[in-house]
Amino acid sequence: MDFFVQQIAAGLTSGAIYACVALGLVMIYVSTDHINFAQGEMAMFATYLAWAMIDAGLPYWVAFGLTVAIAFGGGLFIQRVVLKPLENAPVLALVVCFIALLSIFNALAGMIWSYTIKQFPSPFPARDIFGNGLVSVQQLGVVAVTLIMLGALTVFFRYTTLGLAMRAAAQNATSARLMGVRVSWMLALGWGLAAAIGAIAGMLVAPIVFLDPNMMTGILVYGFAGALVGGIGNPMGAVAGGFIVGVLENLVGSYVIGNELKLTFALIVVIGVLLLKPAGIFGRVIVKRV
Amino acid sequence: MSALLQVKGMSAWYGAIRALYELDLSIEKGGVTALLGANGAGKTTTLRAICNMIRRSGNTILDGTDITRRSTEDIVRMGVAHVPEGRGTFVALTVEENLKLAFHIRRDHAEARRDMDLVFEYFPRLKERIRQQAGTLSGGEQQMLAIARALMIRPRLMLLDEPSFGLAPLVVQEIFRILRRINAEEHVSMLIVEQNAALALDLADHVYLLETGSVVTSGPSAMVQNDETLRKAYLGY
Repeated sequence: MDFFVQQIAAGLTSGAIYACVALGLVMIYVSTDHINFAQGEMAMFATYLAWAMIDAGLPYWVAFGLTVAIAFGGGLFIQRVVLKPLENAPVLALVVCFIALLSIFNALAGMIWSYTIKQFPSPFPARDIFGNGLVSVQQLGVVAVTLIMLGALTVFFRYTTLGLAMRAAAQNATSARLMGVRVSWMLALGWGLAAAIGAIAGMLVAPIVFLDPNMMTGILVYGFAGALVGGIGNPMGAVAGGFIVGVLENLVGSYVIGNELKLTFALIVVIGVLLLKPAGIFGRVIVKRV
Repeated sequence: MSALLQVKGMSAWYGAIRALYELDLSIEKGGVTALLGANGAGKTTTLRAICNMIRRSGNTILDGTDITRRSTEDIVRMGVAHVPEGRGTFVALTVEENLKLAFHIRRDHAEARRDMDLVFEYFPRLKERIRQQAGTLSGGEQQMLAIARALMIRPRLMLLDEPSFGLAPLVVQEIFRILRRINAEEHVSMLIVEQNAALALDLADHVYLLETGSVVTSGPSAMVQNDETLRKAYLGY
């Protein structure tokens, strides 16, 4: 029983991180219909920035805040400079562009910080929270940071006019323009938010998996699986999907297939969802009249 | 009266296909101008071209300011509210959110809140459905919502693209009654595109007749209403 609870706790912890990655993907998907394959590498790069700041002597949370801010600015910048000129380009051109971003960030990180694995500090102690070896403060901290971020995003999208404008722009760009909303800037904001969320995911996962330029490759697959399970067009669904994938992956890994095949499990989930329920659990099926 | 909006020598294209040929329009301040013509005459295109939503040439002058090169968003922010064909409802947002979207571009939130009350006075039915998802509204209610949204940005000029489209005659009458009130009480000038010529002539004081992307004739509504040849040739009644 204790082992089961431990697995659930560990699953929720990785689930929180997948949820962040999934949310970053959905954030861009809902407004542009594109999957940003560079989401993981952008997060990894931001995590390196945080590492460099902490290495230079900045307190953890200062580095955390600065990294989120820089990631936000970076996401905004990428949309404005790289993607805006491609507004009317075919999807394949964009896919190539995302893959280019992916390898650029990967290579850049390797070039600047080398490919050797680095330790990334966690602000939360690894000790038990109840003293019975079930849940650690570190695990609780990761979930708490994710939930706080979700709460902040929910408030932003539901209760601010800027959040409303972003939702309107994602839903019906033409109509939003006719209400005076600068749609192209809303897309840039979406990229900024996605990058910031990714940075948080990166900083949360780095103490667990250690920091290296390929840190996010596997996690992006889990995040993608989470987004698909929840319904790729639904932010809340993506978060729920992230947690579901995290817990399932851990349980299936410890009881059924063993740790080595965990990533395979994520890929099976991706294929399974696409085959059986392409809209995801919480997604809406969009019927197009022809 | 002086012209609120002047369109000079406007041509427009959809890709390689030319849809408007050197159009000249002048819309009076405080008035209602109707744009009539058969299907494909370029009515909707004209509205889109004014808002810089398609490729076009020529000049557009709003109250003395050249807005030709401004973006759609800027033109809207300068007080040109476009009620689009198909109503442009944000279906997954609530009725309230559809209207509150205007707060995004308005500085004066207190006044915007008063405008929301005003909008509900014109459209009490929307107030009843304030928390409902806009996609669940009937066609008539969605048309009302589209006009209400436009009103929320405090426009000087409202561009209306077939507000009667697909609606029951009673609903159409109600909507046109409200449009007349908005024009009189809020001093919003209007440029209206309609298939239903009799209805539009009744509301408008000035008319432009379009055929294949050019103005055939223009004048006071009464002139067209009384000219049987013109009516039969272009408006089919």
